[in-house]
Parts: sequence; C-alpha cells; structure tokens
Amino acid sequence: MTLIESASAEPEAWFKLDRDNRTLTVGGAWTISESARLDRELNGLDLSGGELAIDGSKISRLDSAGAWLLLRTRRAVEAQGGKVSRFDLPDLYQPLIDNLDQEQAAEKRKPRLPTGFRGRLYKIGRATIHGYRQGVSILGYLGRVTVETGEAIVAPKHNLRVAAIFHQVEETGINALPIVGLLSFLIGVVLAYQGADQLKQFGAEIFTINLLGVGLLREIGGLITAIIVAGRSGSAFTAHIGTMRVNEEIDAMQTMGLNTVDTLVLPRIIGLVISLPLLTFFADIMGLIGGAMMCYVSLDITFPVFLRQLNQAVDVSTLMVGLIKAPVFAFVIALVGCYEGFQVERNAASVGQLTTRSVVEAIFLVIVLDAAFSIMFSVLGI
Amino acid sequence: MAQEMTAAKKKDVIIEVRGLVNGFGSKIIHDNIDLDVYRGEVIGVVGGSGSGKSVLLRSIISLIRPKEGVIKVFGQQTGEVEGAQMRKLEMRWGVLFQAGALFSSQTVAENIKVPLREYTSMSEKLMDEIAAMKLNMVGLPPDTADKYPSELSGGMVKRAALARSLALDPELLFLDEPTAGLDPISANQFDELIKQLQKALGLTVFLVTHDIDTLRAVTDRIAVLVNKNLVIGTIAQLRKSDDPWIKDYFSGVRGRAALADMEEA
Repeated sequence: MTLIESASAEPEAWFKLDRDNRTLTVGGAWTISESARLDRELNGLDLSGGELAIDGSKISRLDSAGAWLLLRTRRAVEAQGGKVSRFDLPDLYQPLIDNLDQEQAAEKRKPRLPTGFRGRLYKIGRATIHGYRQGVSILGYLGRVTVETGEAIVAPKHNLRVAAIFHQVEETGINALPIVGLLSFLIGVVLAYQGADQLKQFGAEIFTINLLGVGLLREIGGLITAIIVAGRSGSAFTAHIGTMRVNEEIDAMQTMGLNTVDTLVLPRIIGLVISLPLLTFFADIMGLIGGAMMCYVSLDITFPVFLRQLNQAVDVSTLMVGLIKAPVFAFVIALVGCYEGFQVERNAASVGQLTTRSVVEAIFLVIVLDAAFSIMFSVLGI
Repeated sequence: MAQEMTAAKKKDVIIEVRGLVNGFGSKIIHDNIDLDVYRGEVIGVVGGSGSGKSVLLRSIISLIRPKEGVIKVFGQQTGEVEGAQMRKLEMRWGVLFQAGALFSSQTVAENIKVPLREYTSMSEKLMDEIAAMKLNMVGLPPDTADKYPSELSGGMVKRAALARSLALDPELLFLDEPTAGLDPISANQFDELIKQLQKALGLTVFLVTHDIDTLRAVTDRIAVLVNKNLVIGTIAQLRKSDDPWIKDYFSGVRGRAALADMEEA
C-alpha cells in the first residue's frame, strides 16, 4: 500500500515543550504526511498549568491538516483553563489559520445510533416497525394492482399494451428456455440417480419412474422454474423500474398522466403469468427426459418401458396440480419485483439492495405458497 | 502587472502540456495543444459545448489516454509513471467532478475519510476531526457530516465534494464546472469560497467553466478552446481578440453584463 507518509521527502516536523519558559516551539513541515505521527505525540503531551506560548516561526511548510493540529493544541490548552499568550506563525500561513479558526460550532454531534444494548434494542424496534410498514404497504399495492388488473381484463381499454406484454413473454419466457431446460434436465438426472440407488435395495428399481413422474410434475418442476424465474426476471423487474426511478423517468411519466401500474406493472404481471406455466411445462418435459436417460444408463430401462411405467404412475391431473400453481407463483414474483422497484431511492446503492431483497422475498413467498398449496391439496384429497 | 506576475512564476510550471492531440475515432477534438500552468495561479478553461474542455481536464489527470503529446504534472509525465509512482502523483492533486461524484452509499464524513483512510495511518479520531475541519472550511454546518449525499441540496453536494477533494491537502485542484446547476447566489458564494481557499491553502487551480462571472471572479488567466486549439490570456487581452467565438463569448449579453464594471474601471 502506498501511504502519503512515505511519499514525502521533506524535513520532518518537530515540536519541543519547554516547561520552564512555558513555550511550545514547533518547526519543520507540518503537513498531512506527518500528521498521524504528530497527532500521536501531541496527544501524549501534558499541556496543563496555565499560560503557554506557541512559537511556530520555524515552520517551513504548513497545510490544513498541520494547521488543524496546531489549532487543536491551542484549544486544548484553553479547554484546560490555560491561556495561549503568543501564537506566532510565518505571515504566509496566517490566512490559513484564520480561515480554519472561523466559527467551529462547538456543539457535539449526536450519533445516529445509540451504542451497546440500547442500540441493539433500537435496531430490533426499527426492523419491526419497518417490517410492519412493509407488510401494510405491499398489501395496499396488491390491492391496487388487483383492481387495475381486474379493470384491464373486464373492460380492456386501448391501453392494455399487447406489444409490451409479448415483449415480456419473450424476455421472461423464451429467453429463459435454455437455462430452465438445462437445470431441470440435470434435476431429472439427479433425482433418477438417487431414487434408483435407494429403490434398488428393495428390488423396486422400476418405481424410480413413479418417483420421477410424481415428484417432477407435482412439485419440483414448478418450484425450480419459479425459483429460476424469480432470480432472473424478478430481479430484472426491480432493477429496471428502480433505475427508471433513479433517472426520474417514473416522475416524468406521472407528470404526463401515464399510469405507472398500467404501463409498467401490468405488462410484466400478465407477461409472466402467461410465460411461467409454459416454462413449467417445458421444465417438466426436460426433467423427464433427463430422468429417462439416467434410467437407461444406470438401470437399463429402455425408453418404451419408461413411458409405459410413467403412463401408469401419473395422469393428467398430476400434471395439472403442478401447472395450476404456476400462474400464482408468476403473479407473486412479478408483483414483488415491481413493488420493490418502486421503493428504490435516488442513490446507487438502493437499486442493488432492493434487487437483492426482491429476489429473496419472491423465493420466500414462492416456497411458502407451495407449502400452502400442498396442505390445501391434501385437505381436498387431490 | 499580470505579465510581470506570470514572468515571475515562470520558473515553477506545475502542468506542462505539449503537442496534445485528442480525438474519438476519426474526429479530432484537440489538435496540437500547448499549455503551461504555473504554481499558485488560477487558470480558467472555457469553450463551447463539445469543444473538449472536460476532455482536456480528463487527459491531464490521465483518465483519458491522449492520442499524441506529452503531459507533465509536477514534472512527471502522466502516461509514463505507473503504480505507486502514479498514486504519489494523484495524492498531490484533488478533483471536483461536475456532479460531485460523492459515494452515495456513504455519509459525507465517510466520503471525506476515504482518501485519509487509504493513504494515511491516522487514528479514527484524528480523521473525524479532519473531516469536521474540512466541512467547516467549505462552509458546511457540522451536522452535514452524518448526512448522505441524497439528503443534500445541489450546492451542498458541491461543497461536500470540494471538501473531499481537499482531504489530502493537495497542491493542485481541478474543478470541472463547479458552479454549473447552482443558482446565481450559491454560484457567487462558491466563487468566493474557491478564491478564499486558493489564497489560504496556496492552491494552483485548473478550472473548467461556462460561467463568465466565475471567470472574472477567480481566474488569473483564461484558456479558450476554439478551433481545436487554445488561445490563452487575461480577460482584458482576450476581449481584444479577433476570433469570432471569443468575441461573441465576451461581448454577448451575458458577457457584457458580467464584465460591465470592468469597462468603467
């Protein structure tokens, strides 16, 4: 590391306290490169005992950091009840001292956070209030979006933006095909391999296919797709809308009378509600292909046998149970993504923070909803 | 008088630009520019929009690598020195960017402490004191220290950014349009502040601006960018220039108003 201390080639700064004559003599280059050392040494100085003269006439160079140290020393003497009888400096540096000595408001700044236990208590309280407000606010937002979505569907105005919706379908659906396909294929492979390994012990290898079919179609296909999309599209929504807020584009839209829910939120929600079920179906198929491949490799189950067993294991309702959840996941992901985007404040860190938060919240909600669906289906006996 | 002063300072050239050529693609912005900036002077750089004022500043502080030419700051060629040598050079200058460029995720005090923490071994307490001292120096109230840049007005952001650029007590200060976007009163106060600090700290100031009031208030010499080249002189000298752009600039309505009292003097 390069320090400014080592960058200086100037003569050292020094000071000498003469107790008998009550004089502090200072000299050399009192600059920022010496100030860390001078600060330590000056702090160790005992300045008590009444009057003191500061003789700075031997100073060869002075900058604002050095001047501050001198000024601070003078104030320390005065704070201890002493008096500075003389304060000599080369004329060249007098304006600097005068400039720094202007009304330094003495009042102590209050720290933003209390320290220790009270600080922790304060943080917990603040987080609780924040969580409560966040909940209320997102609920209000949900209401607003629901009403406007309803209106847009019941009485489609010319401004239901079809082009924007299909742009979102392309962004969130078609462009996500490779990653969703690859990941669910791999999940199918892993699931089949692990299942086969365990079921072999009972001689029930063939039921690997049941495990695959039911597991993928009912749960894993939909869940993995929703999580990928939350990370991919939910974050994109937040970042895009957030950046628009930073650039005051949202404010500009409002002054032009454009409804931001109409123009920004609805196309994203509708687009994602269309594309997520399709993606989920694609993920199911890719997962089954991966599983079938693994069954052939490790269990010698051929593709026709795989299909026959799959036909017995699952029916259309299994697939539908998985797919019916997708639009709900899509709605939640898009809603959270857009909502957090609108929370962005006008600074650079805010976009990143809220994007992270939007992804975490969306994934959290998706898993909670999935659990709720499971309970509901088991109560209904599906 | 101005001539004498320049002659006296001639020994100590802080920025030396020779044969600078800058351009993007095939478009040439600076064609063979020479410029000397002397210790302790305030030089103003003006020019029309797109004439390359900021490009000139950026190539001097080596944010832009020029196509051709030699730039020496404190006698060192900026394109040649690297690593630790370059850091040492950078410690000796401060830059105030047009929009302030304060780090938005940090408070004003933390912003000022960034260079202190990086380049010195000061104690936390001394850094706090220095930050408070710098804020006082640029005329900001002490409670600004704990505020975030987003909580400040435009003029306060400029002052806070100036405080940060002065953190390491540089000898050379680059100001990129310091008064742009400020109301006339704040702009006047900022001019006053620059003048005061320049005197108190003995700074050399390289000032890019549009503002004719600022030029008149703080600069010793002015460099005008016209036709990809520099015309350098004092206001009085430049007003006699034949160049149409310079003529327009100093004798347009704004120019005349700003320079009105010079006429009488």
